[in-house]
This record gives sequence, C-alpha cells and structure tokens, in this order.
Amino acid sequence: MSPRRLPARGTADGRGERPLRITVDGRPVDGVAGQTVAGVLLAAGRTAWRRGPSGAARGVFCGIGVCFDCLVTVNGDRDVRACLRRAADGDEVRTQSRTRPGTGGSRSADAGADGYPEHGEATG
Amino acid sequence: MTRRHVAVTGAGPAGLAAACAALAAGARVTLIDSAEQPGGQYHRMPPEASAGHPGGLRHGRDAFLRRRSRVLTHPRCTWLPETSVWALERTGPADGPPGAGSGAPPRVHLLCGGPADGSGRTRRTLDADALVLATGAHDRVLPFPGWELPGVCTAGAAQALVKGERLVVGDRVVVAGTGPFLLAVAASLLEAGAGVREVLEAGTFPTVGRNWLSRPWELAAQLGKTAELAGSAAALVRHRVPYRLGRTVVEARGDGRVEEVVTARLRPDWSVVDGTERTVPVDALCVGHGFSPRLELPLAAGCALRDTPAGAGAGPFVVVDGEQRTSVPGVFAAGEITGVAGAPAARVEGAVAGWTAAGGDHAVPALRVLRRSRDEGRAFARRLARAHPIGAGWPGWLRQDTVVCRCEETDYGTLCAAFGDAAQAAPRVARLSTRAGLGPCQARVCGPTVAELRARLGAGPAGHGTAAEPPGHTPHRRPLAQPLRLGELAAAPVPFGSPEETPDRSGGPKPPGAADRTTPSGPVAESPEAPSSPTDPSDPTDQR
Ligand SMILES: Cc1cc2nc3c(=O)[nH]c(=O)nc-3n(C[C@H](O)[C@H](O)[C@H](O)COP(=O)(O)OP(=O)(O)OC[C@H]3O[C@@H](n4cnc5c(N)ncnc54)[C@H](O)[C@@H]3O)c2cc1C
Ligand code: FES
Repeated sequence: MSPRRLPARGTADGRGERPLRITVDGRPVDGVAGQTVAGVLLAAGRTAWRRGPSGAARGVFCGIGVCFDCLVTVNGDRDVRACLRRAADGDEVRTQSRTRPGTGGSRSADAGADGYPEHGEATG
Repeated sequence: MTRRHVAVTGAGPAGLAAACAALAAGARVTLIDSAEQPGGQYHRMPPEASAGHPGGLRHGRDAFLRRRSRVLTHPRCTWLPETSVWALERTGPADGPPGAGSGAPPRVHLLCGGPADGSGRTRRTLDADALVLATGAHDRVLPFPGWELPGVCTAGAAQALVKGERLVVGDRVVVAGTGPFLLAVAASLLEAGAGVREVLEAGTFPTVGRNWLSRPWELAAQLGKTAELAGSAAALVRHRVPYRLGRTVVEARGDGRVEEVVTARLRPDWSVVDGTERTVPVDALCVGHGFSPRLELPLAAGCALRDTPAGAGAGPFVVVDGEQRTSVPGVFAAGEITGVAGAPAARVEGAVAGWTAAGGDHAVPALRVLRRSRDEGRAFARRLARAHPIGAGWPGWLRQDTVVCRCEETDYGTLCAAFGDAAQAAPRVARLSTRAGLGPCQARVCGPTVAELRARLGAGPAGHGTAAEPPGHTPHRRPLAQPLRLGELAAAPVPFGSPEETPDRSGGPKPPGAADRTTPSGPVAESPEAPSSPTDPSDPTDQR
C-alpha cells in the first residue's frame, strides 16, 4: 500500500469535494481542491519525484517547507515547495532535480550543478 | 491618542493568542503568516473544515475557531495570510548593540500574496512599535542509514498530511524517535484508519518513566496536555499497537522507497545493543527526535539565545524575561522558539507577549494568572527535555556512508575526516569543504546535527552563538529567513502606510488576495476601543 487520502467525513463517496486536475510532466493527475501538490502526488501513489545529487530518489520529508526535498516546477516557476503549494486546477507541474552529471562532478559555490541556483542560495 | 502598533509574525497558537491579547490591550495589530490560514502546526485542518464543516480528524477546535474569528474580524486587526517575513532590518547603528539608538524594533520585510513560492509576489516593508515573533519549530530528526529514502518522513509531516489533507502516509507505518509527539502522530494515523505497526521511543524506562512520574502535581497544571497524551496512549492500546521503550530504527532499507526498517534495542545512552536487531516490513516510517526552533528571525533581530545542556532538546532557544521580552528592545518572543512545551504553553506565552507588547497594564490580575500559567508551561518544557533527552550514543548507528546533510548528501565519513583534520575543523571551513549545510535547506535539517557531531568529534564546542558573540557559524543564521526569487529581491519594496493607517486602508498597493480577507466584517467579541484584560487562552476543551 501507499499513501492514500480519505474522503471528507460525511462524504464517504467524495461528494461535496471539488475535483481538480493537474498535469505532472505532461500526464494528468486528479486531486481535490485543498490538497497541496505534494498531497495530490502522494494520493496518486507517487512517493518520489525529485533526485538528490547522487541521483537517489526523494519525496516528502518535513511536510512543512523546511527541507526542500519536495521541490517541483509549477507553471514555469522553479523550486516550488510541493508540500506548501496548494494545487490549482490546470497547474502544470514538472519534476526537477539537483543531480550532478556523473558522480562527484564539479559544483559551483552557489548554484545547483545543473546550472540553476536553487532557491535562497543565489542570494544567500 | 496614537495606538501602539504590534506586528505579530506567526499565527500558530502563540501568535494568535498574542494578537488577541494585543487587541484586548487596545493596540492595532498586524498578524502575518506564510500559510493561508491561521493555526500554525497545531491547528491544522482540512480546508473544508475551516470553512465551517467540522471533520472528524480534529478534537475540540471550537475554542481555536472562536479566537480565530475574534482576531480576524477585529477592526483593529490586519491579517496578512500567505505573507512571509523574509528579513528583519535593524534600525540602530550598525556597530552598536542591537536595538540601540532609536529604540524602535527592526523593520519587517515582507513578501506578500500569491501561492507558496510563486513568482510575482509583492515586497513590502512594515515598521511597528513592537514585534512579537512566534515562528514555532520544526521536527528535529537524527540521521540513520536510509533516512533519505522516500517513504521516510518526519513525524510532523505525517501529522500535517493527516490533519491538513486527510492523507495517511501508509498502512504499515512505524513511528520512531523520542518524545510524546510520537504518540499524538500514531493516534492521528490510527484515527484516520491507517495501520501502525509499532511506536518506538528511544528513551529507556528509567529516564522516560522517572521524569514523567515525578512531581505529579506539576503535571496536573498541564491537564489539557496530559489528558491529550493519555488519549493518544489509549488509542494505541485500543488498536493493540505496541509502544516500545528503549528501541529505535537504526536503518531504513528499500529500492527507491522504504520497504523495511531495522530496529534495535538501545541502552540508556542510546548505544545499540548488538544482537537485538529486528527487521520490520513497512510502507512508511515517521521519525522525530523533538523539535528545533525556527530561529532565523530572532537571530536577524539580534536576540540573545540560551544554550541547552548537551542532549537536552534541540536548543538554543530565545531568551525572554518574565513578560516575554527578548534582549532587543521592542521585540518579544513566544511559543516554541522560547522552549518546547506544546500548544497550551505556547498560547499562554503568546497572550503575555501580546499584552505587554501592546503596552497593556502590568497590574491587571489576569496577567498574574497568565504568568503563573506560563511558568507552569516552562516547568513542563523542562520536564519534557529531561524525560526525552537525546542519548549521547546515537552516532553509533551511523556508518561511514550514512548521509548526514540530505541536500548535499555529505556523509558521516566525510564529516569525520573534516572534523578530525584541525585545518578543516573550523565550522566555516568544514562547511565549505564538506558542503554540509550549503544546500537548498540551508542547514535547517542537518545544522544542529553537524554542530553536535563537530563537538563530539573533538573539534570544539557546538557553537550555537548568541547576539553577544556573533559566531557567524550558528546553524540558524541565514540572510534570508524565507526563500526569495531574484526578481523579487530586485524590485523596490513598498512600505505599508503610516502607523495611523492600517495597511489595507493605506491606499498603497495591496498584497494580492490579502485585501478582501483583511476587511473587517462580522461580530466583534470585545469592544474595539476600550482596552479589556488578557484572557487566559488555555481552554480545557481545546485539545490536540
Ligand atoms: C509539522 C508539525 C506538526 C505538529 N503537530 C502537532 C500536533 O498535532 N499536536 C501537538 O500537540 N503539537 C504539534 N506540533 C508541535 C507544535 O510545534 C506545537 O504544538 C505548537 O503548534 C507550537 O505553537 P507555536 O505558535 O509556537 O508555533 P507554530 O504552531 O509552529 O506556528 C508558527 C507559525 O509561524 C509561521 N511562520 C514561521 N516563520 C515565518 C515567517 N518567516 N514568515 C511568516 N510566517 C512564518 C508558520 O507558518 C506557522 O504558522 C507539531 C509540530 C510540527 C513541526
Ligand atoms: S517536504 Fe520538506 S520542504 Fe516540502
């Protein structure tokens, strides 16, 4: 079994919940209003969507915007914390990673190895 | 008469109570939170529940909902949801002590409106007469082999998902770590219908038991919290979920996600008893070793911190006096950033802070009652720290290749080598050479662990740092308290209106989406004009 979402109490059939659909790397994924992007992904059975520098899979860890393990690109904005971002109908979510090409590849002081500055680092 | 303007950062139990008390004292209040709804970590609820359809997953939220509507509908309160404080700018002379000079608290830099981490948020600044910082805490998690696997999450994450989205992380869940919060998380999961295999408290009976059972009269003062724990423990019994003391998860394994965990018995110092390992199949693992306070803003303001004895909680915490004043004039602190004692204690601290920040009368009897209750909360925090210390032997379950910094995947072996080498051991040098703490989370997760390992490996004190001797290497000092896009940084900030105007009436640009929510409407519980007295925000019916 994987993570699963329970319908709202008193609406066992899910009536009264507002459905929404987002795309994740182009594929449609259904959720309901009020879920975070991470919640939609988890409820759809996806526990990992990002990779660490070595290429190892990562998913939700802290759930409250502290660890940055859940970063995704939403509607073109990079480095959005999926656990904080409320999903909106039609959101285009793209997975992103921080993998470095090869292993132990060169990394600059304040940019991710794929050339983008991860949030907070560029200025921090 | 010019009213005092109190800006409260954080709308959790502490911040909301602070706003409430400051309003009662007659001040004008700006309440700021990066979340869409007030409530913080404790009063998290599914969106439809906050819209007035109580769901089944939350107990006694009525008192909270009443307080929330009292604050949000108050004509003297401006509520800024989805607004992050990303910096505090000291106004005194740069080289003087914090707060010297004008005596005014630091200027608050805000990023307003729009969905989390979206682009195009508005930068604003806010100058208030007093600041109340109530930014709470996040889970502390000690590393172990495999903790970076998907399906391994913090106890808080599991709680946030189940409370906020009715999402259970799995059906064969192990909850492990230390502290009473593990019980609350297991109970929430069970209540939501998830399967919990076992709850593992790393503390051994002598430590946990002695400290929970001693001086029971102190516990009586924290009746709400104690009853809540008893309720959680009863849920475990009802569902026949074992609660094991002196055992923990020493490894998580799986291919691309957690599939099994290895648990082992621990000695009182948390060293692993060889030969006691057991393998348990799981689909999720929730871990927590207490909480780390969110100290970015107190540090930015220059507040003095107090260290906790080694192992006793994930300090340092903000130093406050009897009225929740920090060492910086005009800056108050409340809730988990001053010590971890749970939501009821956070509420009382918030009320004291809000009342005092607003210039409320020191002599009102209600304040005395609150302060007594606050002192009981502090005693409870000390008891928690004593009952659930982090045992010195935990690095024993690390291996050379165990990831310590999740962002940069710096492993234990690399840190040992760096800390063993005198030339590299200085915190800043070690940070640059090992990259631990330099990733996107900016050491929020590994900072306390790396500092502790450094101290244990003989490379000098943990060096948390205080305002008095700014060490530069405190794991909590970050130039940006919240992430900010370069474009947002480049745009000039728009100051909120003069102190006589509330931001939503200032005529200046409004934070998108905030204005409609800040318009006062609905019933006001207390007279908006006449100062009343702070009320004890603890409510015996308001639990978990
Ligand atoms: C994930 C998680 C779940 C928890 N669940 C429970 C539970 O179910 N039961 C329980 O007893 N305890 C729980 N706790 C413990 C909890 O910390 C306390 O019980 C209580 O919520 C503390 O209250 P507080 O007001 O001090 O802080 P919090 O409730 O943490 O509130 C702090 C608020 O400040 C806001 N904030 C922080 N920084 C900024 C910033 N820079 N700008 C704007 N806003 C900011 C946050 O969004 C948050 O809303 C949980 C803790 C965590 C981390
Ligand atoms: S899970 Fe940690 S930031 Fe989203």
